[in-house]
Amino acid sequence: MSAVLFFIAGFGAIAGAVGVVVLRDPFYAVLALVVHLLSLAVLFLLLRAEFVAAVQVVVYAGAVMVLYVFVVAYVGGREEPLGERLRGRGPAGSTLRLGAAILGGALLVELLIALLGTGLKAVDGDGAPYAPGPHTFGTPAYIGQLLLTRFLLVFEAASFLLLIAAVGGVVLARRRGGIGEDDERERDRLTPLDLARPRETGTMAEGVGTRR
Amino acid sequence: MTTTTFGWLVLLFPLLGTLIIASGYRVLPGRSAGVIGTSAIGLAFLAALGALISLQSHSPAHRELASSLWNYANTVGVNAEVAILVDPLSVFMILIVSGISSMIHLYSISYLDADRGFARYFAYLNFFVFSMLLLVLAGNFLLLIVGWAFVGAASYLLISFWYRRTTATRAGIKAFVINVVGDAGLVLGTYFIFKHTHTLDFLATFNAAPHVFHSGEADIVAGCLLLLVGAIAKSAQIPLHTWLPDAMEGPTPVSALIHAATMVTAGVYLIARMHVLYELAPAAQDTGAVIGAVTLLLAGTIALVQTDIKRVIAYSTMSQIGYMIMGVSVGAYAAGMFHLMTHAFFKALLFMGAGSIIGAMAGEQSLQKMSGFRKALPFTFACFIIGGLALSGIPPFSGFFSKDEILLVTGERGGWHWILYVMGYMGAFLTAIYTFRMIFRAFYGDPVAEARELEAGYLHHAEVPTNPATGEVEDTDVGFPGPHHTIAERALPMRVAMTVLAIGAIGAGLVQIPEVDDVITTFLRPTFAGSPLYEPHTRDGLLIFGLILGTVLGLSGIAIAYRIWVRRPSIAVTARERLAPVYELFAHKWYFDELIDALVVRPAAAAGRFATGTFERVFVQDTLVGGSTGIVRAGSAAVRAVQSGFLRYYAALLVLGVAGVSFYFLLQT
Amino acid sequence: MSIGWYLAVSAIVFALGAAGVMVRRSPLVVLLCLELMLNGANLALVAFSRMWGNGDGQIFALVVMTVAACEVCIGLGMVVAIYRRQLPIDVDELRELQG
Repeated sequence: MSAVLFFIAGFGAIAGAVGVVVLRDPFYAVLALVVHLLSLAVLFLLLRAEFVAAVQVVVYAGAVMVLYVFVVAYVGGREEPLGERLRGRGPAGSTLRLGAAILGGALLVELLIALLGTGLKAVDGDGAPYAPGPHTFGTPAYIGQLLLTRFLLVFEAASFLLLIAAVGGVVLARRRGGIGEDDERERDRLTPLDLARPRETGTMAEGVGTRR
Repeated sequence: MTTTTFGWLVLLFPLLGTLIIASGYRVLPGRSAGVIGTSAIGLAFLAALGALISLQSHSPAHRELASSLWNYANTVGVNAEVAILVDPLSVFMILIVSGISSMIHLYSISYLDADRGFARYFAYLNFFVFSMLLLVLAGNFLLLIVGWAFVGAASYLLISFWYRRTTATRAGIKAFVINVVGDAGLVLGTYFIFKHTHTLDFLATFNAAPHVFHSGEADIVAGCLLLLVGAIAKSAQIPLHTWLPDAMEGPTPVSALIHAATMVTAGVYLIARMHVLYELAPAAQDTGAVIGAVTLLLAGTIALVQTDIKRVIAYSTMSQIGYMIMGVSVGAYAAGMFHLMTHAFFKALLFMGAGSIIGAMAGEQSLQKMSGFRKALPFTFACFIIGGLALSGIPPFSGFFSKDEILLVTGERGGWHWILYVMGYMGAFLTAIYTFRMIFRAFYGDPVAEARELEAGYLHHAEVPTNPATGEVEDTDVGFPGPHHTIAERALPMRVAMTVLAIGAIGAGLVQIPEVDDVITTFLRPTFAGSPLYEPHTRDGLLIFGLILGTVLGLSGIAIAYRIWVRRPSIAVTARERLAPVYELFAHKWYFDELIDALVVRPAAAAGRFATGTFERVFVQDTLVGGSTGIVRAGSAAVRAVQSGFLRYYAALLVLGVAGVSFYFLLQT
Repeated sequence: MSIGWYLAVSAIVFALGAAGVMVRRSPLVVLLCLELMLNGANLALVAFSRMWGNGDGQIFALVVMTVAACEVCIGLGMVVAIYRRQLPIDVDELRELQG
C-alpha cells in the first residue's frame, strides 16, 4: 500500500518539478510547483513526518505559493523564448541549455552515487517503527518539545530571520509615495549621514535617478 | 706654532675665502669679493713662508713632517686619514702656488672689473688654489686623489666661466673628460702600489717600497705607468694634450694661473713626489722621458704656426712642461723643480701681458690683427720682452739656468739619453723662434688702428661684442665677458702683479747658478735623500758646452725671428707655400684632434646611439617592460571575462563547482 | 519502501532544480527552481530523520522552510521593485554588475 502511494507521490513530485522547469508561462510554473509541494507533503507523511507535512501544505503551498501567485499576477507572466539567441555577449540559449542539461545530469549521477552508494545499511531499511501516542516520532508534540528544548536557539533565530525578512520585503517593495509624507520637506531633509556622503549618492532612488 | 700647523693654515685660508665668497656672492658689494679672495691667498702665502722658516729650523734629517687631522675611515685594510706632509718639496710647491696665485688674484681684480660674474670668479679661483694646495700638501694617496679631482673640477669651472659661450663650455667639457682619464690612471696606479705596500701614507709607502718591490717588477711598472697617465693628462703631454689649447677659452688670468703656473705642473710634482717608486721602475721613467721630449718638440712646431696669441703661449707651456717631465723622469729632480719655479714666473708674466694686449684689442686675440703696439703699450712690451727672453733661455734671465740644468743632467745619463739631449736643444731653438715671432708680430711693424687710437689716448671699445674664435655676436651680461676691457698701463693692480713677476723672471735664476750656488738643490735634498740620481753633476766640460750652446741657440732663434718677422715678412709666406704639407701638419696640430675623434669619440657616440635606439628601445622598452605589462594585461583581461554579469553563467559555475567537489569526494571514498 | 527510494527522488528533484536555475530567464521562475532545490533537500532531510529515528532532520527541514519563506519574500520584493522601475524582467538583461 505504501509502495503504491510512494510511486504516485514520487511521480507527482517529479512531474511537478519538470513542469516548473519546462513550462513557459510563469503562472503555470507556479501551479506546477504547487503540485510538486503537495506530492512532497504526501511523501513526508509516508516518512512519519506528520507535522512537517502539515506545515508544508499550510505554509509552503498555502502561503508562499499564494505570495508567488500575487506577484506573478502583478508583474505579469510574459512569454520568454528559450532558444532565442541573445543580443550582445553572453552564452547563447542553446549552449547553456545543453550545458545545463549536462551539468544537471552530472549532479544527479553524483548525488545518486553518494546517497545510494553509501555503506549505510539503514538506507535499505524502513526506518523507525510506528507507535501511536502523544510523544511519538513525527507528532506535533514531539516536534514542539524538540523545538523548545534542544533547538531553542534555532527557533529564536528563525523567528528573528522572519522579522528581518518581513521588514526587508516591505522596504524593498514599497511605493515611494505610498508611505509617509513625500513632500519637499521629506525629500530634502538631511540627516547627519547625508552630510558625510558626497552629493547624488545615498538611496536607491537617488542612484537610479528618480529622486534628486 | 709647529710647521704642520702652518701647513694647515695654508689650506685653511683659501678654503675660508671660497666659502665666504661663495655664500655671499650676491650680497658682497662692489669689488670686495676680489679683495677677500686676494687677501685669502696672501694670508696663505704668509703661512707658507711661516712653514718655510719653521721647516728650516729643523735639522735636515728631520724635515719630513706628517700631520693627521682626523682618521676618516679604517676599514678593509685601508686606513684613510686626512693627513698632510710638510717637507721641502711640498713647501717649495706651496710657496710657488700661493705666491703666483696672489699676484694673479691681484691682476684679476682689474682684468675682470666689468664682468658681471666677478664674485663667482673669485670663489672659483680660491677654490682652485685650495685644491692645488691640497694636492701638493697631501700626505697620502687619498688626499692626493681628492686634490687632483678638485683641481680638475676647478679647471672645468674656470674654463667655462663665460658659460654662455658654446666654445667655452665645450672646451671645459673636453678638459674635464681628458682629466678624468688621468684620474682613472692615478687611482689605478695607486691600487697597484697599495696592493703590495698595504698603506696609503706617503712616508710609509716610500719606506716600504724598496723592500716590497724588486726593480722592474710588473706591478710597480704598471703602477708607475698608470700614475704617469695621470701626470700626462693633467700636464697636457702627448697624447692627452688636446685640451690645453682649447682651455684658452677661459679668462686670461685663469690661463695664467691654471694652465701655466700651477695645475699643469701637478704632473711634474707627482713624478717628483713618487721618485722612490719611479726609481724602482726604470721602464716608466724612460717612458716619461720620451713623452716629455716628444711633447716639447711637437708643441714647439705647432706653436710656430699658431695665430691666436694665447694659443702660442699655451703650446709654449706644453713644451716647457715637457722639459720638466723629461727632467724629473731622468732624475733631474732639483733641476725640474727649479724650471717649474722659473717657468711659473715668466709664463704667468707672458699671459698677463697677453691679457693686456687683448684688452687693447677689445677682446680680439688673433696675432694677424695685432701689429705695432710698441709705443701704445710700453709697459706690456717690456714685460713681454722680459718674459720672452726668460723663456728663450737667454742669460742672465731665469729660464736659462733652469733649462740648461735639466739638459745637462739628461746628457750626463748617457746612452740613448743623448737623443733627448739633442731634442731638448732643438726645442730650445724653436722656443726662441716662436716666442719672438709672437712678440715681433704683435709689437713691431705698422701700428693697427687700435694701436694708433691708444697712442692718442683712446682705448678701443668693441661696439658689438663677439666671440673672438667664431665671430658670433654676444652681449655683455653675466656669462659673457664684461663690456669694458683693461690694459696694464691703466690699471695699477695689473702693473704691480706684472712687476713682481718680472722681477722673479729676471732674478729667480740667480739662486741656482751652476758652480756658484745651489739653493734649490740643498733645499730639496731632504726629500730626495736616498735617491742615487740626485747628487749634482760632476762634468764641467759638458756644463760649459751646454751653457754656451743654449745661449747661442737662443740668440740665433731671436735673430731669425727678427729677420723674418720684422725685416722681411715675405720669407714666412714663401716658406709656407714651399713647405705646404709641413705647414698643414703643424697647423692641424699633428692631427691629434682628428685621431682622438676617430678612435674614441666616434665609436663612443655610435655605441651610445646603438644603446639608445636599438638596445634600449627594442630590448628594454618593448620586450622587458612592454612584455611584462602585456602579459599582466592579457592575463587580467582573461580573468576579467569571468565577471560577465550574467546570472545564469554564475549559477552554472556554482553548479559546476558543486559537481566538481562532490566528484572529488566521491573519488576519495 | 526503503529510504533509498526517497533519496533518489530527492536527488532527481534537486538536479532538476539546478538545471532550471541555469536555463530559465525569468527571475520569478529562477526563484521557483530555487524552491525546488530547497524542497529536494527537505525531502532528503526528512528521509534521513526517519532513518535514524530522531527528530533532528525534521527540525532542520522546518528551519529550511522558514528560510525559504524569507528568501522568497525578499526575492519577490526585488522583482516587484525591478518591475516598478520599468526594467525588463529578464535575468540576462540585468547585468550591470559586471567588469
